[in-house]
Amino acid sequence: MYEIVVIGTSLGGLNALRTILGALPKTFSLPIVIAQHRSADVGDGLAEYLSGGSSLAVVEPSDKQPILPGSAYLAPADYHLLIEPRFFTLSTEAPVQFARPSIDALFESAADSYGSHVVGVVLTGASADGAKGAAAILQKGGLVVVQEPTTAESPTMPESAIEQGGCCVRPLAGIATFLTGLSPPSSTGGQS
Amino acid sequence: MADMSQCEISHELDAIPTLLEAIVARYGFDFRDYAPASLRRRIAKMLEAEQLNDIPALQRRLLADAACMERFLLTLSVNTTSMFRDPGFHRAFREQVVPHLRTYPFVRIWHAGCSTGEEVYSTAIILAEEGLYSRCRIYATDMNEAVLAKAQAGVYPLSAIQEYTQHYIAAGGKNCFSDYYVARYDYALLQPALRQQVVFAPHNLVTDGSFNEFQMILCRNVLIYFNHSLQERVHRLLYSSLCPLGFLALGMRESMSFTPHESQYDSFDCRNKIYRRNPQVCTKSSSSELRWVG
Repeated sequence: MYEIVVIGTSLGGLNALRTILGALPKTFSLPIVIAQHRSADVGDGLAEYLSGGSSLAVVEPSDKQPILPGSAYLAPADYHLLIEPRFFTLSTEAPVQFARPSIDALFESAADSYGSHVVGVVLTGASADGAKGAAAILQKGGLVVVQEPTTAESPTMPESAIEQGGCCVRPLAGIATFLTGLSPPSSTGGQS
Repeated sequence: MADMSQCEISHELDAIPTLLEAIVARYGFDFRDYAPASLRRRIAKMLEAEQLNDIPALQRRLLADAACMERFLLTLSVNTTSMFRDPGFHRAFREQVVPHLRTYPFVRIWHAGCSTGEEVYSTAIILAEEGLYSRCRIYATDMNEAVLAKAQAGVYPLSAIQEYTQHYIAAGGKNCFSDYYVARYDYALLQPALRQQVVFAPHNLVTDGSFNEFQMILCRNVLIYFNHSLQERVHRLLYSSLCPLGFLALGMRESMSFTPHESQYDSFDCRNKIYRRNPQVCTKSSSSELRWVG
């Protein structure tokens, strides 16, 4: 039933992402799209770092790159990453709440393109980015999972999302298992 | 974002095609093949700025009020740019592309979608430092005449100069960046000599055709706002505007890989997204024939 997972995080996100990506099985078949706030000048090291601890390869997509099952994508620094049906669109429009990539922009575009088939995940962070996007996903009938604020390095972002109402709240250690339960078993036994 | 949440706007996504049809009929600006995800965001931003509740109301105002259309154009065209944006690209241009450009008696360069002109002046500075500028002409075009006027003025906020200076150094600048501007109050005026060889002109990639043959075209972070079919059309225009072995520079996150045009180019600098047109001579007769080249 679910077709795509979108994850948003800011301060403290690297550890949280490593924990989740490291615990997902190789057979996890839903595409994962991540917006992690970061400085505009950083290089490509982050995708490599995240791939390092995971059985999934994490890549920074180019404009119009297709969204494939069994793949994980990281929003490039200094671009908004937007989701169209089955492919990405990039944008350099102004930062939203001082952030580019913006989590709200990612989540809202996912809700517009995938409707109720979206799973949003809001992790640790020190801003309210992601809350509006979480509301957009829920409004379309999608699902939002939020890291339990007490398990977050910075609780502001999870708390802001929880305030929207209707989110599932899970400790960091339980999020990968939760997502795995939503992923249909892969017919090809992993990445194709 | 708008006070109105994205969710409420989504309810009326169906109103967007009607809005775009009305705009092209009334004003000739054609946004019908823009990428939906980014277009939706900017229409929402326009609704917020105009304090309107829905898209039909925006449509009524746009059709009745040409000044509102001017504002709409500014909202819709994303004018994020800076001097020597992506310094690695500008360094590659200087070190790898300029030696090839030197081999031509006269060099024509097209900045397609030049916005407020920061990158045009960046190119001019590099060509000047490489001793090539006097035999170059830069055609700087944008669909939006308001931003083009800013480009032509060459006046930028002083607050941005520190960042530009860092970029200039990282891009291999040979002089002192402060040689290129005069600061007054809160603004920096770029040396008028830098636009001596620049022609600023309105040109809409969506509706206008090829107007010259170039040794290099820069079209960075412009095509990302278009959908697949419009990207393909514009790629045909760019290809037919390049001389054989001419250079095409795209944005750092744009790729030929997801277009049917990949075979028409060699990847000249993969990391900095500089492509080189294959050597076949283009017949220029019809766009349908161009599809078969390469």
